[in-house]
Amino acid sequence: MTEPLAFPPKKDPQKRSTTPTRPPEARSRASLALSAAAAEGRFALQVCDECQTVQYPPRDACVSCIGTDLRWTDVSPKGHLLAETTVRTSTKLFFRERAPWRMGSVKLDVGPVVLCHIHGDCVRGGAVKLLNRLDKSGQGVLIATPLERSDHMEDDPQLRALSAHPKHRRILITDAWNPNTPALAQALLDAGAATVFVGEAESWRPHPNRDILAKMANVEVLPLDVTDTSSVQKLAGEIGGKTDILINNARFLRPGGVLSRGDTGFARDEMEVNYLGLMRLAQAFGPGMCARTADGVNSAAAWVNILSAYALSNTPDYGCFSASNAAAYSLSQSLRGEFRSSGLRVMNVFVGPTDDDWHAPLPPPKVLPQGLARSVVAGLIDGLEDVFCGDIAKDIRDRWQQNAKVLEREMTFGSDSA
Amino acid sequence: MAKPRQSYEGVAITAPFSMPYQRYSIDTAHWWIAKALRGSLDAAGLKPNDLDGFSVASFTLFPDSAVGLTQHLGLCPRWLDHIPMGGASASVAIRRAARAIQAGDANIVACVAGDTNHIDSFRNMLSSFSRFAQDASYPYGYGGPNANFALLTDRYMQEFGAAREDFGRICVAQRENALRYPNAIMKKPLTLEHYISARPIADPIALFDCVMPCAGSECFLLMSEDEAINRNLPYATLGGAIERHNAHSTDDIQLRGGWTMDIDELYTMSDCTPNDIDLLQTYDDYPVISMMQIEDLGFCAKGDGPEFVRNHDLTIDGDFPHNTSGGQLSAGQAGAAGGYIGMVEAIRQVTGTAGGTQVKNASTAMVSGFGMINYDRGVCTSASILKTGVRVHD
Amino acid sequence: MSTLQSLATDIALGKVKIVDLTHTLDPDFPVIILPPEFGQCARFRMEEISAYDHRGPAWKWHNLTLSEHTGTHFDAPSHWISGRDVPNGSVDEIPLDAFVGPVVVIDCSEGAEKNDDFELTPEVIQKWEAEHGIIPSGAWVLMRTDWSKRSGAEYLNMREDGPHSPGPTPDGIKFLIDQRDIRGFGTETVGTDAGQGSHYVPPYPAHYFLHGAGKYGLQCLANLDQLPPTGAILLAAPLKIKNGTGSPLRVLAMIEN
Repeated sequence: MTEPLAFPPKKDPQKRSTTPTRPPEARSRASLALSAAAAEGRFALQVCDECQTVQYPPRDACVSCIGTDLRWTDVSPKGHLLAETTVRTSTKLFFRERAPWRMGSVKLDVGPVVLCHIHGDCVRGGAVKLLNRLDKSGQGVLIATPLERSDHMEDDPQLRALSAHPKHRRILITDAWNPNTPALAQALLDAGAATVFVGEAESWRPHPNRDILAKMANVEVLPLDVTDTSSVQKLAGEIGGKTDILINNARFLRPGGVLSRGDTGFARDEMEVNYLGLMRLAQAFGPGMCARTADGVNSAAAWVNILSAYALSNTPDYGCFSASNAAAYSLSQSLRGEFRSSGLRVMNVFVGPTDDDWHAPLPPPKVLPQGLARSVVAGLIDGLEDVFCGDIAKDIRDRWQQNAKVLEREMTFGSDSA
Repeated sequence: MAKPRQSYEGVAITAPFSMPYQRYSIDTAHWWIAKALRGSLDAAGLKPNDLDGFSVASFTLFPDSAVGLTQHLGLCPRWLDHIPMGGASASVAIRRAARAIQAGDANIVACVAGDTNHIDSFRNMLSSFSRFAQDASYPYGYGGPNANFALLTDRYMQEFGAAREDFGRICVAQRENALRYPNAIMKKPLTLEHYISARPIADPIALFDCVMPCAGSECFLLMSEDEAINRNLPYATLGGAIERHNAHSTDDIQLRGGWTMDIDELYTMSDCTPNDIDLLQTYDDYPVISMMQIEDLGFCAKGDGPEFVRNHDLTIDGDFPHNTSGGQLSAGQAGAAGGYIGMVEAIRQVTGTAGGTQVKNASTAMVSGFGMINYDRGVCTSASILKTGVRVHD
Repeated sequence: MSTLQSLATDIALGKVKIVDLTHTLDPDFPVIILPPEFGQCARFRMEEISAYDHRGPAWKWHNLTLSEHTGTHFDAPSHWISGRDVPNGSVDEIPLDAFVGPVVVIDCSEGAEKNDDFELTPEVIQKWEAEHGIIPSGAWVLMRTDWSKRSGAEYLNMREDGPHSPGPTPDGIKFLIDQRDIRGFGTETVGTDAGQGSHYVPPYPAHYFLHGAGKYGLQCLANLDQLPPTGAILLAAPLKIKNGTGSPLRVLAMIEN
């Protein structure tokens, strides 16, 4: 049974923080689809179109019939543990620092034999379920876990290293004004977060969340305006060294496309908050978080962007807002590249229309704060890179993955004037 | 029914040469290969120009291959081979070269294997070993071959009730052999107690289950028997040789190798049985794989390996001489030369030139190879049976 | 000695003192808030261009973002729809002599302390005049409320029904314009109008009447408690912005000791 993870003692200021190191990142192009599936938390393997053989390791041709049409398909992750070992020495610093490291081979019910990490609660010969998770290099890796949930199983060191679990972590939510902030803070605390910092812009104005947040234990509201570089730098100076997860929910939203607006005023605000705000946060908090990804139990683990699902494909009713989110999405990809060598994960949460005034004209379904909070916490626990929150976001993802151009055509229907 | 293989008759294997291994070397694979090649040519009284066939096995030649080596060493072969099969290289090289001699494609072929070992070579070699290893093995602890063989050993122990002591017997016997082989890196005696109490590496594998990477090279020549007789060279003949790749691929875990598919034919071609084998050279990067070879090559039934090593003396003077030069476990693993160490020793044995490790009256030797942990198991297997052609005066 | 020479001497001797009526431009200084569907006043923002570093080794400088109506600022007639046809109604066209002139200060600080929505009415003005004399034509009139001493949320004083801060009634501002022909009107609050000024008829009467009459506005002033009721000179020159409707500026007053 997994030993529950103890709250870490205060850091010894005379000890050097552990330098971030990484497991091997190199992969064949075929293997990257495993990482892509892990980014969404799916267990998928290649299945031959022709003979239905399930393949592993990832290939360019079927091991059974040499067919080249191998489709990544969600398959059963169940199997049993054939053999195991505990690696006590490695030429790779990442594993040497973490030795001993348990790994083994699992025979999957669907056929292939898989070398994988092993959760501490798995026993040799026993039934296991594989999870496909992103490791510190951002690549999909497989870990065998017990079939049934065991106590504190998320505290297993190998599994925790593959997640960004909020437990014992200190988390910054950047926008106190956002209607989703109280629910988000509560869900993180419920998942075991040690402290939730909340950034508050323009404290000279009242807002409905202020009193709610003030009443929550372990929530600290601090000044932060993502449009103000000096404010962002100041907060990073104060809490940048203990921000383990940063959730950027700052958002500026007004309806309208290009012509309906007639000027660039709101578009500037959208870019200032949604795009440049992200950049300012990353420049101020990124380096410190990147340096702390191996810093013990409450190490820096994830950078979370709450984005509109219309970042993927523009909806002209909210055309300019969509564009600012597309910019932020693109920037998050740059950040992924820039954070990669530190192991800091960028998780994008794509959200459908939220339940607020600006989306009032749209028909349901809408994303409620509690729903968003659930998606964010689940995404952190599963160590995801891409989370799609709400039916509309999932619908857009499916259509976008199927054919981005067709989706664009669907999103840009004209209206007849006469 | 496939056509039976043709005999390897008329081919002489001669002029074995081993460069003494070094733990670390500042020299290159090219240097090591040149040294071994020169050693064999000198032994046979030949000049480089006399060669018209050349076969190379090496991991550390990059960016060169056999092609680059011809220009580097000034060779002008009309038959050229590069064998990237690690521990299975020697028997593969020998059977191909033998066919070239038989067919007249070449008169004199040098088969050479060599690798250097710089301080960081092993790590670098691991990192570029194979696509499947890169994609699906290294990310899980980066234990390299240690972890792979730990899994095989773990499973083998569960399946057949082997104990660590059983593997230890193989290692201890080989160390005893190595103490009689001047080129061996390991020069201290090893007891079963040392073996059992050694530092764990990847459970159940501990320090003395693992080979020590080093630099080294090995070489021998093939020519027609007539040529060898004319040159007054002692030589071995080739009873038979087999190779097999990716055998038993649907086995969940590797508890047998490709030898089982071809072993009967090997004995038939060589006109002998396991009882006739005077000494066995297995590929021994971990003792579990030697134990599997003893089974798969027909010396005992599958799963009886532990019992077999308990009941036999595997030293040079014992009833089952095995890895008489200490094998890689005690002599060191010189990269691809590790695939050659048993072959070169076997040639010496059946030609009566093995010196301190000589098995009395050895006339039939079996050499087995195993190589390339591409993902979860070794993909290449090979084996050959050598017989005395002309022995030095006893 | 010429007038200017004697002024210079008096300033040097401290007989004439310069008072700064300006707030520091600061990202955290409040700006006027309109309903969110309207365009909004840009906050003051400062981005470093370089700071003796790889972006510019020997120099430090910033790019600024702000509105014409951010911080202590000047309102030109063209700021309001009522003043859109006033000749020379934008900051670049206003005659220079408008920027230097006499100033009177009506102290409403007592009333404002008791009542956030304190109103400047003709009665309040006339009571002041009874004590300090008739407001001279062409003078700046500044309404002292000590509001500049407030900070944070207290400054805008937003409630669910909007901001609450003192300002003139329609009658009050009309009195100053029609009866006294003032140069302009200034306040310590975020606008020349009261926080609840949108509920007057017409809405925002100070803006409406001042600018319709070609008069000027000053807001977010500070240190009015250092000025005498009469006798000071105000220097308030906005930036020369083409077609500008206002401008942040440094507002100075000269007072005699």
